[in-house]
Amino acid sequence: MTYPIEKIRADFPILNEKIRNKPLVYLDNAASCQKPQAVIDSIVKLYSHDYANVHRGVHTLSVRSTDYFEAAREKMKTFISAQSEKEIIFVRGATDAINLVAQTYGKANIHAGDEIIITAMEHHSNIVPWQMLCEEKGAILKVAPMNLAGELLMPEFEALLNSKTKLVSVVHMSNALGTINPVEKIIELAHARKIPVLLDGAQAIPHTPVDVQALDCDFYVFSGHKLYAPTGVGVLYGKQSLLEAMPPYQGGGDMIRTVTFEKSTYAGLPHKFEAGTPSIAEVIGLGAAIDYLNTIGMDKIAAYEAELLAYATQEALKIDGLKIIGEAKEKGAILSFTLGKIHPHDIGTMLDSLGIAIRAGHHCAMPVMDFYKVPATARASFAMYNTKAEIDVLILGIKNLIEMFG
Amino acid sequence: MFEDLRDLYQEVIFDHNRNPRNFHVMENYDRMVEGFNPLCGDRITLFLKLDDDLITDASFQGSGCAISTASVSLMTEIVKGKTEAEAEALFKTFHEMTTGKDENINFEAVGKLAVLAGVREYPARVKCATLAWHTLDAALKNEQQSISTE
Repeated sequence: MTYPIEKIRADFPILNEKIRNKPLVYLDNAASCQKPQAVIDSIVKLYSHDYANVHRGVHTLSVRSTDYFEAAREKMKTFISAQSEKEIIFVRGATDAINLVAQTYGKANIHAGDEIIITAMEHHSNIVPWQMLCEEKGAILKVAPMNLAGELLMPEFEALLNSKTKLVSVVHMSNALGTINPVEKIIELAHARKIPVLLDGAQAIPHTPVDVQALDCDFYVFSGHKLYAPTGVGVLYGKQSLLEAMPPYQGGGDMIRTVTFEKSTYAGLPHKFEAGTPSIAEVIGLGAAIDYLNTIGMDKIAAYEAELLAYATQEALKIDGLKIIGEAKEKGAILSFTLGKIHPHDIGTMLDSLGIAIRAGHHCAMPVMDFYKVPATARASFAMYNTKAEIDVLILGIKNLIEMFG
Repeated sequence: MFEDLRDLYQEVIFDHNRNPRNFHVMENYDRMVEGFNPLCGDRITLFLKLDDDLITDASFQGSGCAISTASVSLMTEIVKGKTEAEAEALFKTFHEMTTGKDENINFEAVGKLAVLAGVREYPARVKCATLAWHTLDAALKNEQQSISTE
């Protein structure tokens, strides 16, 4: 079956927008993806007909909202092939999930002199929570290096593993470079030394099928808004045994079994980690996004995006003076580039005047910018609804702006 | 292709971006302040030489987008020979021009800087134009070694 690109584009109403009188070419998907009508409708339907707080009332609407909310958890369990819905913790996003692990698993298991390993291509969200933990505990953050193509140096990574290593936390797919890390190998090496592995899947999850049991990762985190769902919701997947042993994160309603002024006992999984009223509509919207993605298939999306990336890369390489930042062999649909002395912010403004949305900046990965000795890059990132025709618009725009800058 | 951008990217801006004026490290400066825009990574170091309250020399180093480079280049030209009070007054006028608070641009007051008025139509780029002036303000007040637009 051919990829139903026309149908998919029709499913995303925002793609009909005109930006500065030109058709929108949305290539900032690594920052956040647009939402299909099915997700928008799910939220409108909830607030119009079914909304109340979850896990509380005996009244009809609370039961309905709870059912939809828990159905989203079930869908997510299947989507990432978790063993149990107890392993799906709804959080605010990938950042929140990493902070949760740092503040619970990290505080309980990482002590003075222990080591945590990350990589040179992490997003700030997989650097700063560990720095904060290390500072508090007197632990040490180790950074596995990469080569100029943006590929992790595996021998160097392996050499960092030792008896003091208590956690490996690596990005599955880099947001600044597009690199897809050899996570199976990373997990194998770490597990051989009984070291748990957290994967930051914020970028990988919208682009590739993820099976947490096949990967055998201990934690997998991502945000909903990059997966065609609303902001304010994300997922922490954790192996049940690990989650059960972890102390709670925040205290409050929903995460308790009993409360007296002397002592409280905590709810079981997953509610132990979901204090307070959750993002109800957003979680239900995330469930709708999964339903939508399932109608197309993540494997088909991955194959289609690989074609887009190959085409964009081929055309970009024809442009004199364009340098691609991130040329890993294994790469997701991200094209980060520089144009010599033309600053990415100027590129961003100029392309915006043509209706093209890209990201210009450090992509919350300042150490990556330092590594390549650039203050910023321009980044076009593709999603399931982009087309080769849109890439042509981008390439023509880049050629013209180079000419204008002279 | 970029007709809509002509107000923002005027030829003077390209000229100052290609050939920034006063683009060098200053020996024996009286003030040096680093200005940083963490949003886009623009980074400048501004040097001033003062004679009492008179700015006798200004230069800069750093890297940034065309708007920020042109802005700091133009600024170093225009503030030379001005008193601190005159420079601060110009900053105020410039700020009002770029943030669009004053609909009528006082061309007499801003002179060459009028080429940067176009940023007011591009809110995301205003900080590129004002970074230079915030850095100058910090240098004149002599309060800190580095400033950030965030």
